[in-house]
Amino acid sequence: MAGSSATRRSTGTKKQDDMTDMQANETTLSDLERCLLNDFQRDFPLSPTPYADIAHKLGVSEAEVLGALTHLKQQGAVSRVGAVLRPNTVGVSTLAAMAVPNAELETAAALVSAYPEVNHNYEREHRLNLWFVVTAPDSARLQQVLNEISTRSGYAVLPFPLLEDYHIDLGFDLKWT
Amino acid sequence: MSLAPQTGRTSPLLDETDRRLLAAIQSGLPLVPRPYAELGARLGLSEVEVMARLQQLQTRGVIRRFGVVVRHHEVGYGANAMVVWDVPDAQVRELGRCLSGFDFITLCYRRPRHLPQWRYNLYCMIHGKTREDVLSNLEWMVNRCGMQSLPHEVLFSRRRFKQCGAAYFGETPAAGSVGGG
Repeated sequence: MAGSSATRRSTGTKKQDDMTDMQANETTLSDLERCLLNDFQRDFPLSPTPYADIAHKLGVSEAEVLGALTHLKQQGAVSRVGAVLRPNTVGVSTLAAMAVPNAELETAAALVSAYPEVNHNYEREHRLNLWFVVTAPDSARLQQVLNEISTRSGYAVLPFPLLEDYHIDLGFDLKWT
Repeated sequence: MSLAPQTGRTSPLLDETDRRLLAAIQSGLPLVPRPYAELGARLGLSEVEVMARLQQLQTRGVIRRFGVVVRHHEVGYGANAMVVWDVPDAQVRELGRCLSGFDFITLCYRRPRHLPQWRYNLYCMIHGKTREDVLSNLEWMVNRCGMQSLPHEVLFSRRRFKQCGAAYFGETPAAGSVGGG
C-alpha cells in the first residue's frame, strides 16, 4: 500500500503505526468474528443483555460473543462497541493540516498527537502532509489548541472545519467473500 | 426542498446526564453480560434509564450510529485515500450527495477553501483493500457522478500517528483506544 517510504523505526512512539507494517489479519478471523464485525455496526441491541441477544441470533453462547469481541478489541480490529456521534453536536471539531519537511515530520507529528484533543493524526501524500482532527469542548479551546500547535511546531496550521456533511453513516460493508 | 441533515446547527440540548452518559460510553460499551446496568452503576442511573437515554439520543440524531466500530485498516482495508475536489459552490451539495451514495465512501464533507494554497472544497474518504482498488473505485465514481472535468487530488495515507475516539469532554481518551500498535 501507500507508504513504502516509511521504514521501521525502533525509536518511533508506540502510537505510531507504520501502515505498511500492519498486515491485514482478515484471513485469521473466525466466522463469528467476521459476522460480529460486519453485521452489528449499527442498531446494536438496546436490551439488558445485548450480547446474549446477539448470541441467540447467531446460535452461539453469550460467552463466545463476549470472548470474540474482547479478542477483536485486543487485536485492534474493533475500536469499541459504541456510539458514533454527529459532528459538532457534542463539542466542536475540525480537520487541520500542516506542511512539514520530511525530516521534521515525526517530531511535529508527536507534538500534535500528544494533545488529548487530537483523535486522528495521519501522514498523507501531499505537500500538506500532516492531517489531524481536533475535538474540544468549545471553540475557544479548539482555537487555542490550533494556535499552540502552530506556535510550538513553527508551522502554519490550516483549519478545515466541516461546513456540510453529506454522508449517512450506516457502517461499512466489509464484503467478506 | 429537502432538509440537509447536518446543516441544522440548532444542537439539540443535552442535559448533564446525557453528557455524562456520552462521555462514559466514548471508551466503549463494557463487554460484560449487563453492560447498560454497569454503565448505570457508574453514573448513578438505572439500567432502564441508560437504555432509554441511548435510544433517545439515537432518535434525536446525536448518536448517528450505535454498534461495533471497526478499524478498517486492521480488517483488510489497508488503503485509504482522502480525495479532494474543487467544485463550483453551487454544485457542492448535489455532487456531495452523489459521492456519498457509494458504499466504499466513509465520509463526505464540504469544507472551506484556503486560497491561494488550497482550492478544494469537497472531501471524501475512500477505503479499499489495495491502492488499485481505491483508484478504480474512484474512477468509477467520478464517471457516475459526472465529475471528470473537476480538478481533484488523491491523498493516500502513509503513517498513522494516532487514531482513537474523540475526547469530547476534556477527559483523556480511554486506555486501549489508541491506534492498534
